[in-house]
Amino acid sequence: MLMALAFYLFAAVLTVAAVMVIAARNPVHSVLFLILAFFNAAGLFVLLGAEFLAMTLVIVYVGAVAVLFLFVVMMLDIDFTELREGFLNYAPIGGLIGGVLLIELVLFLGGMMVAPASSAPRASPVREGVSNTQALGEVIYTQYIFVFQAAGMILLIAMIGAIVLTLRERTGVRRQNVAAQVGRTRAQAVENVDIKPGAGI
Amino acid sequence: MLYELIVFLPLAGALIAGLFGRALGEHGAEITATLLLCIAAVLSAFAFYDVAILGNAKTVVIANFITSGDMVVDWSLRIDTLTAVMLVVVNGVSSLVHIYSIGYMHEDEARPRFFAYLSLFTFAMLMLVTSDNFVQMFFGWEGVGLASYLLIGFWFKKPSANAAAMKAFIVNRVGDFGFALGIFGVFFLFGSLEFKTVFDAAQAKSGAVFTFAGFELNALTTICLLLFMGACGKSAQFLLHTWLPDAMEGPTPVSALIHAATMVTAGVFLVCRCSPMFEYAPDALAVVTIVGATTAFFAATVGLFQNDIKRVIAYSTCSQLGYMFFAAGVSAYEAAMFHLFTHAFFKALLFLGAGSVIHALHHEQDMRQMGAIWRKVPLTWGLMLIGTLALTGFPGLSGYFSKDAIIESAYAAQSQVGTYAFVLSVAAAAMTSFYSWRLAFMTFHGPRRGDPHVLDEAHESPWVMVGPLVLLAIGAVAAGVVFAEYFIGHHRADFWRGAIFVSDAHKALLDEIHEVPKWVKYAPLVAMVIGLGFAYYFYIVNPALSARMAARQGPLYQFLYNKWYFDELYDAIFVRPAKWLGRLFWKGGDGWLIDGFGPNGIAARVLDTTAQAVRLQSGYVYWYAFVMLIGVTVAISYLLTVSPGAP
Amino acid sequence: MTYQTLLGYLPAIMPELVLGGGIMLVLLYGVFRGERSLISTALLTLLVLCVAAYYVVLGASDARVLAFGGSVVIDPFASFLKLLILGASAVAMIMALEFLKHEKLNRFEYPVLIGLSALGMLIMVSANDLMVLYVGLEMQSLALYVLAAFSRDNTRSTEAGLKYFVLGALSSGMLLYGISLIYGMSGTLNFDVLKGVIETQGMSIGLVIGMVFLAAGLAFKISAAPFHMWTPDVYEGAPTPVTAFFAAAPKVAAMGLFLRVLFGPFEAAVAQWQQIIIVLSVASMTLGAFAAIGQSNIKRLMAYSSIGHVGFALLGFVAGGEAGVKGVLIYLAIYVAMTLGAFICILAMRREGRQVEEIADLSGLSTTQPGLALALLVLMFSMIGIPPFAGFWAKFYVFLPVVEQGLYWLAVVGFLASVVSAVYYLKILRVIYFDDPAPRFTEPSYPGNGVLLAMSVLFITFFIFWPAPLLNAAGVAASSLVK
Repeated sequence: MLMALAFYLFAAVLTVAAVMVIAARNPVHSVLFLILAFFNAAGLFVLLGAEFLAMTLVIVYVGAVAVLFLFVVMMLDIDFTELREGFLNYAPIGGLIGGVLLIELVLFLGGMMVAPASSAPRASPVREGVSNTQALGEVIYTQYIFVFQAAGMILLIAMIGAIVLTLRERTGVRRQNVAAQVGRTRAQAVENVDIKPGAGI
Repeated sequence: MLYELIVFLPLAGALIAGLFGRALGEHGAEITATLLLCIAAVLSAFAFYDVAILGNAKTVVIANFITSGDMVVDWSLRIDTLTAVMLVVVNGVSSLVHIYSIGYMHEDEARPRFFAYLSLFTFAMLMLVTSDNFVQMFFGWEGVGLASYLLIGFWFKKPSANAAAMKAFIVNRVGDFGFALGIFGVFFLFGSLEFKTVFDAAQAKSGAVFTFAGFELNALTTICLLLFMGACGKSAQFLLHTWLPDAMEGPTPVSALIHAATMVTAGVFLVCRCSPMFEYAPDALAVVTIVGATTAFFAATVGLFQNDIKRVIAYSTCSQLGYMFFAAGVSAYEAAMFHLFTHAFFKALLFLGAGSVIHALHHEQDMRQMGAIWRKVPLTWGLMLIGTLALTGFPGLSGYFSKDAIIESAYAAQSQVGTYAFVLSVAAAAMTSFYSWRLAFMTFHGPRRGDPHVLDEAHESPWVMVGPLVLLAIGAVAAGVVFAEYFIGHHRADFWRGAIFVSDAHKALLDEIHEVPKWVKYAPLVAMVIGLGFAYYFYIVNPALSARMAARQGPLYQFLYNKWYFDELYDAIFVRPAKWLGRLFWKGGDGWLIDGFGPNGIAARVLDTTAQAVRLQSGYVYWYAFVMLIGVTVAISYLLTVSPGAP
Repeated sequence: MTYQTLLGYLPAIMPELVLGGGIMLVLLYGVFRGERSLISTALLTLLVLCVAAYYVVLGASDARVLAFGGSVVIDPFASFLKLLILGASAVAMIMALEFLKHEKLNRFEYPVLIGLSALGMLIMVSANDLMVLYVGLEMQSLALYVLAAFSRDNTRSTEAGLKYFVLGALSSGMLLYGISLIYGMSGTLNFDVLKGVIETQGMSIGLVIGMVFLAAGLAFKISAAPFHMWTPDVYEGAPTPVTAFFAAAPKVAAMGLFLRVLFGPFEAAVAQWQQIIIVLSVASMTLGAFAAIGQSNIKRLMAYSSIGHVGFALLGFVAGGEAGVKGVLIYLAIYVAMTLGAFICILAMRREGRQVEEIADLSGLSTTQPGLALALLVLMFSMIGIPPFAGFWAKFYVFLPVVEQGLYWLAVVGFLASVVSAVYYLKILRVIYFDDPAPRFTEPSYPGNGVLLAMSVLFITFFIFWPAPLLNAAGVAASSLVK
């Protein structure tokens, strides 16, 4: 009972927050709603017994990604209201298409059967006596090793991509040379100069 | 080898003059082409002796031409007496015309082209006369048509020359259509196109019928009439004659070669060649006779009052061709060929002589601007007189033998059409005499009518032009005496050796002409004298009278002067409706229908579609995403509702 | 699942291992060598690609080998496509060197990204599991997004990268949504199991919707209309050699994946997906043909051309059966050869230190550079589908099964589209052969592109004399996919 209540609460807030992400006029508000949505999704994961995923979601998405978004949005000087100007022009046809799709999904998904195989894990997410993290590790490094490694490659590509697209070597900019700093002797650094009073250097 | 040389030397000349004319220079090109043709002419004389006199007829196969299913056509030379006669005529006249042209055309800068065309024509004509099947003959037939078109339009900067060239080509097309149908009919009936096969089978097939649109037509008669239709076109016979006078727009040597001596006689040659078929199609022969006699008469009447020196000779040619046809029509093929042979000499002589006059008078062709120049150009005058005498049938000259034989055989045929031909031909002979002498008197004698300055400056042509005239004159004088015995006399069987087939019923015709009544024998002569007398009276004794008659423009004069209004008639019946139809197809069919809805229309629609497709590409990401969503939605909606497999 | 079991899987994925490991080594080498090491990294990457190809050949057999619990499959179909992908990637990388040098883009990451993208493609065509499918797809896509924006100081390039990224993300979202629906309805991610489920239980509504979303995601990758919208903008904006790469290898991989998904697990649902593919095919053929006529930029034109070609390749898809799949594979191979050749010609369009991209810039090429003009003539004739060039046979082998299936109207539509498409190919040739000559293009400094172009043209011209290797290989590959 309590579980059901919690589910509906989280689900409702998640949906509303997701709608607000795209509906909010202020982009900062959008990001904040996004964070709210993440929190609620994490709550749903907890309800499913997937604590690890819930915590990862909070730490990675809320702690890092969303905050990064926030910074970016705040740093960019974009007039979002201007971008949204044409919104209403396309609203009717967009709404029509979206509406048709929604009706189809609701009508036909409503009366259909979810396969038992995919609902079975819901009853007992993990084995007794095994922590969530350990259970994940057991499959990630065995059954899904290939996909896992491939995902690693994707991250590598993302990193290379970020470097390729953003890293610039600016000429004329002083850069710290640690080895030179450490290896410098007193003789190189200091010089005694005799200055006659009033003559300057 | 001899025959290959005869046939291909002119082709070589044409190619050399045509392709390398610039490299050889004008003089080099004309000399080369002329030299090669003269060689061919000399070889032709040998061939004539070998085949016609010694009797060594043969067939030389050069190559396989077409093999398609049952149809096998070889490219081969059928050398018999008929061919040999034509070889001599074609190459002889052609070589003389080549030589003559060196002088006549010496002011023209496009001489290499002219000589290339002339030699090309000669080659095509040789292909025509040497063929041993209908396809090769058709090749030559069309080849001479092409060369004729090119030569009539040789001075292509003159609109009238272009129009005349097109007219000649198009009118010939009508005849060629019949010829082609005739060839199809031959293949349909005989299953072969080879002369030998077809002629051997002609008698057996004489009763065969075509069923066409519910009618039963005698197959052989139909085929012969279709072939004759082709002959009519090429030989400018009645109803298809209109192109020949206009063809005089071409240079005069062309008129002499193509439109007097050789190409226009191709029709006569065709009928004689196909004599084995015509002999078994008596109805077709009757038609040939009627058309030939009508042409002979009709053209002679028109020739009476023409003022262009070349047109007079052109109508004369037309008329003489009519003689040849009705001779063939009454089964006197030998007489037809004999007249063809002699006619080639004196008509070429007349044309070239006229050319010499034109040359002397700085390209003046209107006889009303001539007169009394016989002292200035005595050689030309004398040679022209010989030609005129030969044409009018003066006793002893060549025309006398051939033409009188034709007229007598028409009488001797003892048939209704023969009588019709006889009457018309005697009348035509009188008229021939009249207009020939009229030409001679108006040109050389009588009062000086033209620009005195031009007439005073008239000068004799150079020897390169007069020389061929002399040779032709010799032919015009002697050909009759020498060859009459061979062509139509008692030796004719040994001479022709089956090259011409005459059925038993008509075999004795040429012997019977000696048995005709005396008045028949003298009729042509009397007619000639009457014509001469009238001409003398009107143009020498009382020239003012003739001028008054011409000025009064009586209805008969109008009718004859306007060539029986054939051109106007054809213009109304064929040309204008054809132009109207063409305009309809052009504006309506092509412009509106095809262009509007065909290529241009489709192209325009394609471009419209392209513009739409390009407009889709707005560059906005949200629009792109939206299109993708539309795609997904439509697909799902379709699969869930409309699709046959929908739940 | 024991340690030994996992080790036992390794030989099967040797190409991927070699490529992944090799590329990482190249990356390290590049990082240590610094900025000016493009040529050496490119050659090393080429070596890695070759070794990977060697292992593909080594591992190729008629057998169907499964690895990692059935999530990866190695069969002749995969091997055929892998060789094609590796070859196309290698060519696209080598032909870029000249361009990168001139455009001051000579950074070692270029070969590395190509290699990583190729790795993703290899995983795609070997996928036997929806998760592997997605991971492979994302791997190649991510590398492509970066490559599209590789000329980062060029606004058009960055715009292209961004557009591709945003729309790619959307398509990935659709794909994932479809996958989640399929998983929810069937309870499995594995293709073989999924196939069994569909065969026994039929297509539920959820599966149909899931399949449509999955197909939409894949159609985006092969740029079939109406999921093609990104193509012209990205092709035009991206650096030319990147465009060449886009037009070749990813198409092969995505088409291969498309084939594997629809002829594998969804084989029983052919009645449903065949209609989707027909629509995609007809829309792509006609749009590619019509829209290309209006283009003046040759890269944009090639974008529409590639859309059209995908439409033709999909014809074989529609026809189905072994012959149809074989037709698609042959079409892909020949298409890759033609399109890479065409892009080499486009890369040669360099004048006064600048790359030129307008069709008008080719005017009078026949007088200034007859060799290049002749190559373009052959390529364009082949793209139109004029015999005896390879392009004709490509079309022949996709039209034939369509006709044999009795889909005459579709063949007629394809034929008409082919006729319309001839317009713009011939337009290029008209500019080349009949317009007044423009100044010569700059001579290339490396000989590589000339050699590659010659190979492409020779292949296209002489394919007719020696078609057996490709036909046989495609036949074996097709028979391993369609039983």
